[in-house]
Amino acid sequence: MGRVAIRSVRIDKVGKRYGTERALAAVSLEFRAGSMCALLGHNGAGKTTLLGIVSTLVRPTAGAVTYWQDDRAITGADVRREIGLLAHASLIYAELSAIENLELVAGLYGISADISAILDQVGLDKRARERAARTYSRGMVQRLALARALLTKPSLLLLDEPFTGLDRDGALALGAQLGELKAAGTIVVVVTHDLEAIAGRTDHVAILRRGQLVCDEHGDYSYDALRDLYHRHTA
Amino acid sequence: MKKLVPILCILAAFGIAVSLYEIFFVTPIEVNIDSNGRLNMSSLFFNYKIMFFHVAHAFWLFCAVFVAGISSAFYIKTQNVKWDDIASAAVDVSVAFGAVVLLTGSIWARAAWGVWWHWEPRLTMSLLLWIVLVGYVLVRRFAGPSGDRIAAGMAIFGMIGVPFIYVLVGSDSHPNSGANGVVAKLPPEMRGAFWLSVASFLLWFLALMLTRLESTRAERELRELRERALDLGVL
Amino acid sequence: MLRHALRIAWKDLRVEARSKEIFVTMVFFGGLLCVIYSFGFGHDDASVRGGVPGMLWVTLAFTGTIALGRAFDRERENDTMRALLLAPVPRLSVFLGKAIAMTALILGVAIVVTPVLALFLGAPLLDYPLQLAAEILLGAVGIAVVGTVFAATLLKVRSRDVLLPVILYPLLIPLFVAGTNSTAALVQLHPNLEIATYWIQFLGIYDAAFLVLSLWVFESLVIE
Repeated sequence: MGRVAIRSVRIDKVGKRYGTERALAAVSLEFRAGSMCALLGHNGAGKTTLLGIVSTLVRPTAGAVTYWQDDRAITGADVRREIGLLAHASLIYAELSAIENLELVAGLYGISADISAILDQVGLDKRARERAARTYSRGMVQRLALARALLTKPSLLLLDEPFTGLDRDGALALGAQLGELKAAGTIVVVVTHDLEAIAGRTDHVAILRRGQLVCDEHGDYSYDALRDLYHRHTA
Repeated sequence: MKKLVPILCILAAFGIAVSLYEIFFVTPIEVNIDSNGRLNMSSLFFNYKIMFFHVAHAFWLFCAVFVAGISSAFYIKTQNVKWDDIASAAVDVSVAFGAVVLLTGSIWARAAWGVWWHWEPRLTMSLLLWIVLVGYVLVRRFAGPSGDRIAAGMAIFGMIGVPFIYVLVGSDSHPNSGANGVVAKLPPEMRGAFWLSVASFLLWFLALMLTRLESTRAERELRELRERALDLGVL
Repeated sequence: MLRHALRIAWKDLRVEARSKEIFVTMVFFGGLLCVIYSFGFGHDDASVRGGVPGMLWVTLAFTGTIALGRAFDRERENDTMRALLLAPVPRLSVFLGKAIAMTALILGVAIVVTPVLALFLGAPLLDYPLQLAAEILLGAVGIAVVGTVFAATLLKVRSRDVLLPVILYPLLIPLFVAGTNSTAALVQLHPNLEIATYWIQFLGIYDAAFLVLSLWVFESLVIE
């Protein structure tokens, strides 16, 4: 079964209500291949909800998200196959080892991936790979989580606060990695407060405020530019 | 719609008044003396008359479970809130009706057989249905924003459970015949009062349900207005 | 779809096998309940025969619900449930996989606790092992199926610990009553296999109906 890479994601007037609470209101946005979008906003602005909807884990109460390869729409499980998620939670089974975790993912996604290679790529210590993940340090868990997200070679990579808990070097290294993925054609969407790590690599900034999209701009952004943009729209 | 509620209330009140008259003055009291000159204890003394209210409420309790279940199914599948409103209103009212069933059933049991509670089929069934409905209310109240979805699930499962509960409680040993038998076996002089009572309480049920629906919609409109005002910066 | 379900079930069982946390604590809890029953109820033959069916099914109810809660709590720890739902496998495989694993877990606990119950109360519980096994298996399936739907749905809800029993027990009442009736028919002074079989069939139909219903609504309930 051939994979169909996602080249664009169209978010069309998406709204989300949780019972009496309105999390998102009429958000329209588009993500393109080979681009990194910084999704910014205060806590509670709806960033995580929007990411949840784009990752198909949350159902919008209004509007829709569609996934495209050029002119062809992609739906259902094919979409999920193309999505990689790096969230604040590790998505790792603590009782299983790194290798077992990745084997599970490979099995579920129906791919035969080189697990050792990807663990080398993220820099997970060889001796730890057979041990249960509950014995790992926080840094190791994060590396495994990244390996997990990248193992399936997603064309849409969603990251929710991936830099928290990383030291400055780690954050910059991850930022660099994301830049490489973007250059290779992946759609990268990052929700973060750490503007430094993504500065210079983001070409698309979307800012949410109380569930509404208040900024949707493309361009080159240095750290200062990002910071100014952010403050201007969330004051 | 708003005019309907007072009309229903007036009709219901009228119906209940007439059925009360019929209950007290028209329906018979039978006192059977058997061949030995002893009193037949299964004859219908005065106390059976509570049955007209008791069964009328039970009738609609039963129907309400199906209304709630089917509405909830529509809600889950269409995500249209109006179905959830109907289900929730039906459950709220039927919890009250259920309480009436159980109380009148208890009073009747005490008057007729000297016990405050009796595990006979229809009363048991009413209790079990009532428990599911109360569970629904608790879930809506305490489960937070996703409460409506979870409660809807409970309503659907509860509805599917009804035939099983029906088989479980069997259909014997309720005086005045078995579960469905009441209707079929009613002597003609009771039928008028019975059906009038059932119809009156349907009107009452609908009146209560519509009132509840109105109040839910009003709440929702108020919330939406408030949100719009907040968005515009007016509030 | 079944392949993925089995893969997920196998993963669950492997995770549980590593720590054995749920299994061991539930067996201990079940045993504790049996001890309490021994003190709480009379020891004459009639009391025992009358009480044992209820004791067995109450134990299954409690241990099953707690096991469900704990198993799904695990999926919450690192949000691995989200990972499963994100995978390109049909979401029903996630349901089936977890339901299969939970059935196995509940069954495992039941297999250990039932003889303990028979021992402590001196009840002729094991006289008809085939029928008893059928009841317990069907009971475990029912609890696991309905329990999986709601435990998964409640994953992110704050008062999930207390709400799971509130939701499960009313819905499972037909299952518990059928199980009790069936066991009673086996344990009573003159065992009645016909009645036992009747209730076993009831359990089977109940399981089938709720399995179909669960497959129909699982995805709609679990996706926010």
